[in-house]
Amino acid sequence: MTNLSRRRFLKTGGTAAAAGAAMLGTGLAVAGEQPANLGATTLPYPRTGIAKVGALKVNEPKAFSYPDDDSFCQIIKTGRAVPGGVGPAGDIVAYSTQCTHMGCPLNYDKEARTFKCGCHFSIFDPEMQGQMVDGQATENLPRILLEHDENDDMLYAVAVEGLIYGRQCNVI
Amino acid sequence: MTQYRDRLPLPPTDAERTNMTCHFCIVGCGYHVYKWPENREGGRAPDENALGMDFRSQIGPEQIIMTPPMHNLIADRDGRRWNIMVLPDKRCTVNQGLSSTRGGQLASVMYSGEGMSRQRLFYPMLFTGDDWIETNWDTALQVYAGVTKRILDEHGPEALAFNAFDHGGAGGGFENTWGSGKLMFSALQTPLVRIHNRPAYNSECHATRDMGIGELNNSYEDSEVADTLFYIGANGYETQTNYFLAHAVPNMRGETIAKKKAWFPGETAAKAKVIFVDPRRSLTVSIAEQVAGKENVLHLAIAPGTDTALFNGLMTYVVEQDWHHERFIREHTTGFEEALTANRMSLADCSRITGVPESDIVKAAEWAYKPKPSRHYPRTMHGYEKGIIWGNDNYRIQSALVDLVLTTENVGRRGTGVVRMGGHQEGYARPPYPGGRPSIYVDDEIIKGNGRMLTVWACNSFQTTLNAEQYREAVYRRAGIVRETIAQARGATADELVDLIYDAVENRGGLFVVNIDLYKTKFSDAAHLLLPAAHPGEMNLTSMNGERRMRLSERFMDPPGEARPDCLIAADIANRLKALYQAEGNAEMAARFDGFDWKTEEDAFNDGFRKPGGIDSQGGATGDLVTYARLRAMGNDGVQLPVKEYKDGELIGTEMVYADHRFDTDDGKARFLPAPWNGLPATVEAQRKKYRFWVNNGRTNHIWQTAYHDRYLAFRRDRFPMSPLELNPEDAKDLGIEAGDIVELHNDYGSAFAMAYPEPDIARGQVFMMFGYDNGVVGDVVTPWTDRNLIPYYKGTWADIRKVGSMRDYKRTVSFKRRRFDLA
Repeated sequence: MTNLSRRRFLKTGGTAAAAGAAMLGTGLAVAGEQPANLGATTLPYPRTGIAKVGALKVNEPKAFSYPDDDSFCQIIKTGRAVPGGVGPAGDIVAYSTQCTHMGCPLNYDKEARTFKCGCHFSIFDPEMQGQMVDGQATENLPRILLEHDENDDMLYAVAVEGLIYGRQCNVI
Repeated sequence: MTQYRDRLPLPPTDAERTNMTCHFCIVGCGYHVYKWPENREGGRAPDENALGMDFRSQIGPEQIIMTPPMHNLIADRDGRRWNIMVLPDKRCTVNQGLSSTRGGQLASVMYSGEGMSRQRLFYPMLFTGDDWIETNWDTALQVYAGVTKRILDEHGPEALAFNAFDHGGAGGGFENTWGSGKLMFSALQTPLVRIHNRPAYNSECHATRDMGIGELNNSYEDSEVADTLFYIGANGYETQTNYFLAHAVPNMRGETIAKKKAWFPGETAAKAKVIFVDPRRSLTVSIAEQVAGKENVLHLAIAPGTDTALFNGLMTYVVEQDWHHERFIREHTTGFEEALTANRMSLADCSRITGVPESDIVKAAEWAYKPKPSRHYPRTMHGYEKGIIWGNDNYRIQSALVDLVLTTENVGRRGTGVVRMGGHQEGYARPPYPGGRPSIYVDDEIIKGNGRMLTVWACNSFQTTLNAEQYREAVYRRAGIVRETIAQARGATADELVDLIYDAVENRGGLFVVNIDLYKTKFSDAAHLLLPAAHPGEMNLTSMNGERRMRLSERFMDPPGEARPDCLIAADIANRLKALYQAEGNAEMAARFDGFDWKTEEDAFNDGFRKPGGIDSQGGATGDLVTYARLRAMGNDGVQLPVKEYKDGELIGTEMVYADHRFDTDDGKARFLPAPWNGLPATVEAQRKKYRFWVNNGRTNHIWQTAYHDRYLAFRRDRFPMSPLELNPEDAKDLGIEAGDIVELHNDYGSAFAMAYPEPDIARGQVFMMFGYDNGVVGDVVTPWTDRNLIPYYKGTWADIRKVGSMRDYKRTVSFKRRRFDLA
């Protein structure tokens, strides 16, 4: 029962499966031993350019990956100021879109304005800091912390708040 | 709660691993507890961690569940600190590696010495009149036993009231039901006992038992091979989550057809059809439509309280169509003709009363009972829960349902069953209840001024009773008399305090209230003495789930402070009473408190479950075959009760009850019970006529029971700071109510407060409020009406609703998006 068939995986995968924005910036995140950084209590997250504000359309999420290619995320301009939102209107947020329960890819439901998981039916609200609306996860969606550079209108991912599914540590 | 947000320590390969059955719902998912010293952690390579998984790269979907709430740091009494990780067991047949949102937080609710776990009770506490002070067990027991003895000597046991758990999982288990039961029923011999969620000592399944059918008669696997899944007043996704996900959903998806063909050669096999009887379109309905396809799901949205009419209409129709199982009825049942006559209802009447179109009633009958193309009778699994149990006349509805099931032989065959889906786990072993049937409406006795001492044991009836406002008022008023007395008892010894308390309850209408629990609760606000208890993980504990699967949850840590397992608290009380009687030379009374010389919870287990003669035990007559060691060896799969034998190092259990057609009646035949449709009770009908909204209520996925842990967990509390009230958006608009507003429900019995949560799937004129929460108690507007066995009709009340006002912070922090999984 717990084996996800490929067909269903693809069916529920949607936009997340198309993720693939190139990772920019740091060279810290490589497989193997994590670099010792005794002066820090935070992980060495990369600073990664995601998209220009002007290129985002309201209620249409855009897939990217962060902090590395294997971690699928989506950024969304909600069209209204939301908690944790960045950009000129405070309406841009981004999340890891691997369900925090068992890692299945989340689909964005434009009508309900929620992320939904086809495996065990969890629902998350991107307009409320990734809060689990209902479902079997024990964690809200990990938030990708964003910074907006007003000079080039670029949005940068700078950290993840919450553990990404399938990892012992967000930075592998 | 773990301190980590974006990384976790892994268990090293030599981490201690023990078995844990989830504390919470009936399903009882299997978990493993990993425990290892705080200063160590495993590596990311598969041979460097106890999980054997490779964390050097991203792990794919559905391979693991490992979230921060599954980790914690704990402290044992000797000061050593440990990591723990509590992960679902992939090999457990129940959950197959799945965790629900409730079980997924098991590690978080264990005592860490920090954060929310500091809310636990560490020591006995005594109310001094204006404050709580910590005290020691010796003083606490002296007061408890002293007051008990005075009341027992002067008035007999009928003045000693208990509100007590009767179940499995946390706050229960075979050890603790036995310990508390032996104290209440054998030693004290009081009949003034009520169960955690209802005002009397009774079964929620008297009818089916009277008909010879225990309510847990099949296995979860039967939902994998049923032709039709027929859910009545049950919301599996939110309340029996991993039963639904791991066993019902695969059948709905058609993934078990090969298994059906192998089990039932020659029979037509297809993916499951699913029928729901529920006035509300629940989350489970929306999910079933997604996985089975809308064409395979039938939702019968009956008018509230009309289940009996529906079953009677179906029974009549089935017999008219000649789909009844004549030979089974003839050979293995009694009373069919009488029941058929009493229950007879035309399709037209059935439709008029239930509000369900005739065509849908016929469709339900065809899906569930019409012979299949292969000419075999369909195998229909009937799962019911609070919609019936807390419905309009529990005994009658259940009779009508089981009549229908017997008519169509949907019991004792694989893929069938007539089964309560369950709330909490089970774990009942107690001496016989010393009262009659019906038993005593204990809440009413308390309201009337009867009962002099009330022990509230691992439950919180301020949040889980009917007519709750009046009940709470009476308890507060009477407890207040004792509080005033204690406040004036400056310098009193324990024995002098006993005298003062006794005077207050004897001469001034007072009520001495003791609360035995993990935490202070809403009920503790009215208490005078608190005794700190332990929960699974801090003690060894056995329970069984909804398919009678018994497991041992192993102790892996100490309880906080001086908290004790409930069974040993019972023993302490009994032994103290024994000593008091011995001291005054009363050998006869002292002897009543014999047999509590237990050092451990295993002693209590061996004294109760393993000596089944003359007691009421869900282990049945073969309980003696089960030992801790044997159960431990059976791991998270345990054994399904009753145990048949112990052979080759294994306990052999029972998957399907009544496969031999021998039912639990004197003659071995199942018994039909007449159950004519009766309308709504007058008390309830009066509210319906007077008030606008039917107040449906029940659980939500997020919150377990009274939220005794959940109210301290941000993930839960932030989601529902107050009981959510689902209501139709048009009704909300009419009343000027918006999402996140605080609203008041009010009727002749009281008023309850809730957080408005508009939801288009709720029919107009109906609302759905979360049951049992601490902030907003729906029981406040529930009428005192019960069925013949004193089972409440929690789902049967009506109220008006007014907007109290807006709560900015709710709107700022709570999502009011739709909880239904519908996809456009």
